[in-house]
Amino acid sequence: MTQTLPNLLNDYLPLGIFIAVSGVIGLALLIAPFAVAFKSPDPEKLSAYECGFNAFDDARMKFDVRFYLVAILFIIFDLEVAFLFPWAVAYGDLGWAGFWSMMVFLGVLTIGFVYEWKKGALEWD
Amino acid sequence: MSAVAAFFYLFSAVAVASAFMVVVSRNPVYSVLFLILAFVNAAGLFLLMGAEFLAMILVVVYVGAVAVLFLFVVMMLDVDFSELRQGFINYLPVGAMVGIALLVEIVLVVGTWTISPDLIRAPAPGAATAAAISNTEAIGQVLYTRYIYFFQAAGLILLVAMIGAIVLTLRERPGVKRQDIGAQVARTKATAMEVRKVASGAGLEG
Amino acid sequence: MNAPFVMPALGPILPELVLAVGALVLVLIGALRGEKSYGLVNGLAFVVLALAAAALVAQPAGKVLVFGDSFSVDGFARIMKAIALLGSAVALVLSVDYLRRENLTRFEYPILIVLATLGMMMMISANDLIALYLGLELQSLAAYVIAAIHRDNVRSSEAGLKYFVLGALSSGMLLYGSSLVYGFAGTVSFPGIAAALQGQSSLGVILGLVFVSAGLAFKISAVPFHMWTPDVYEGAPTPVAAFFAAAPKVAAMAMTVRIFIVAFPGIVGDWRQIVVFISIASMALGAFAAIGQRNIKRLMAYSSIGHVGFALVGLAAGTAQGVNGVIVYMAIYVVMTLGTFAIILGMRRGDTYVETIDDLAGLSRSQPFMAYAFGAILFSLTGIPPLAGFFAKFYVFAAAIEAKLFALAVIGVVTSVVSAYYYLRIVKIMFFDEPAQSFSPLTPALKTVIAVSTIAIALFWLAPAPLVSAANAAARSLF
Repeated sequence: MTQTLPNLLNDYLPLGIFIAVSGVIGLALLIAPFAVAFKSPDPEKLSAYECGFNAFDDARMKFDVRFYLVAILFIIFDLEVAFLFPWAVAYGDLGWAGFWSMMVFLGVLTIGFVYEWKKGALEWD
Repeated sequence: MSAVAAFFYLFSAVAVASAFMVVVSRNPVYSVLFLILAFVNAAGLFLLMGAEFLAMILVVVYVGAVAVLFLFVVMMLDVDFSELRQGFINYLPVGAMVGIALLVEIVLVVGTWTISPDLIRAPAPGAATAAAISNTEAIGQVLYTRYIYFFQAAGLILLVAMIGAIVLTLRERPGVKRQDIGAQVARTKATAMEVRKVASGAGLEG
Repeated sequence: MNAPFVMPALGPILPELVLAVGALVLVLIGALRGEKSYGLVNGLAFVVLALAAAALVAQPAGKVLVFGDSFSVDGFARIMKAIALLGSAVALVLSVDYLRRENLTRFEYPILIVLATLGMMMMISANDLIALYLGLELQSLAAYVIAAIHRDNVRSSEAGLKYFVLGALSSGMLLYGSSLVYGFAGTVSFPGIAAALQGQSSLGVILGLVFVSAGLAFKISAVPFHMWTPDVYEGAPTPVAAFFAAAPKVAAMAMTVRIFIVAFPGIVGDWRQIVVFISIASMALGAFAAIGQRNIKRLMAYSSIGHVGFALVGLAAGTAQGVNGVIVYMAIYVVMTLGTFAIILGMRRGDTYVETIDDLAGLSRSQPFMAYAFGAILFSLTGIPPLAGFFAKFYVFAAAIEAKLFALAVIGVVTSVVSAYYYLRIVKIMFFDEPAQSFSPLTPALKTVIAVSTIAIALFWLAPAPLVSAANAAARSLF
């Protein structure tokens, strides 16, 4: 394990460099205006811009719970798909047991999907 | 200090700090954003331990889906958060007492204990030690066969989550006209058309 | 793992398979037949539970470990599963009439009960920390949903939400503790943890054990993690409260017993302190907090907290005799609880269900059958001989005394005397107060449940041998 670990992390070196560079650029763009930009604020400039008129009220409001239902159903299938990745990668070594194991898992969730469909949870009226 | 150790301290420090900020932020939207930062750092810690797959799943599922869902709810929901915080000061003494008691306990335990080397056992060697296969493949080789019970149980839990979400939130909306594609396709000449003889000059009534 | 995978024999998990496949078929039936299929699905759910019980009874004796030792089928698992199945099945029977009257006939309800029961069976058989957690989550998730099944009712949604938030917190504590135990013992399997701790106890493991116990205490609703119980019982629909008070408690208790006895046998001295504290606190709270209650469901919630405390007395002993006491206690507790909730469901005038204790006034004159049955159950809950409740307490206290926990046994007896006050106050209200408006007649289902549980409680002393000897054999299978 200790032998393989640095190799593994070396693979992420480009990612590390990328994040570092983007962090530096982002910070530079944030800080530079404070240092060099001309500042002369007035109330109109500081107010939120909303198509030329003042904001009517708070952006928070009661919203239909159906948005939430869609999001939850998405997460459930997202997780289901997450289980498929290692299965696909190791597929050659798994044999029939591994194949049917995944089929049963998908079958259970397919029954859930039929339930969703029939209940009309996927429809938006 | 090796690079791995440096990154470990970086990720854990940021994770702990952002977890703290989740609790103390005044604005709930900031709390969720800090939560996302904590998740990303936890993913970094997983990566340092060689658990690549878990790290990526953490980013995809928690950052990509769960935290965004939180953000969505927090930003949209009409809850007066300043009102929610009113009780905070009242509960502070009790909460602080419990917290301090727990902290003292943990400090006592940590302070007095030296980890005996034979008690920290290395986990059962998994397939990952063989350098030839990737982390994802190592998980794949055991999850669907050796740990089939846990895998199928996870499937059932997802099913319950699905049923639960629908039971608690789905409402029948009366009076909504839905498109029934099956019925449309099944229409035949016989059901769609009616041929009437019209007497001249009389017209069809109605 | 390059060795070819061998599919485990499915015989030992047949009851669980029946429940899982049954639940899936029920989901399909419900989905395809639409909203009106509640009656059909409910009936079939009962059949599925009965089939699982039959498969359970047909299992050969002896201990089998399957799925890489993470699922243990032994005598203890079998008897606890039988009690849990009984609790779930009776809860289903009790709910039919209530759901019809309250317009809650949704086919998901029986399906969720079956899935929760499957979770309980997985908890009872769990032989490692991962299996335990998965079973627990399956059971809890289904339970959160059915607590809030009356979603247009503010109190029911509040009950579901409270249960969910506090349950998630306790799951977190359980997981945190499990990760500490895994980190210091190097394995998640219960026998493996026991082997790792042979002769030495590490503070890290004990810290983990404390967090695990906190999570478990929440699930059995023991003090100091009981706060959710009265609110959830009061807010949730009554048959749901009956379900929560019976089967899940048995499963959680079984899981608690198994983790302490199988995974931590080497450090009995360490966890006994925790169990003794939780037990005393629960018994005391159950006795004193119930006194001021006016709502009978809240009163039963405090009463169930107290009963969990009594059952934990047996676990504190840490011996086979103590586990025997826990099994007998939970079996009798389930019978008494289901009887009580059947009576609470009988407190109905027309289409409105009432829940205050004062509504029971003068019940002996308007409905003598209900009054005498409830009287017997209340005497049994108090622990007055020769009713079953007395034997339940007798076995746990005897085990505690055998293990030289005299103070615990004495406190137990004192608190049960205190609890007699509020149980007998209900008897007094039923028999000596001026009659309130009388209730509508009992439905046949309620009448049967009340009659069977009362007879079982009243005549237990005639033939205690089957239960006690089965419990004895079951308890020994853990050691």
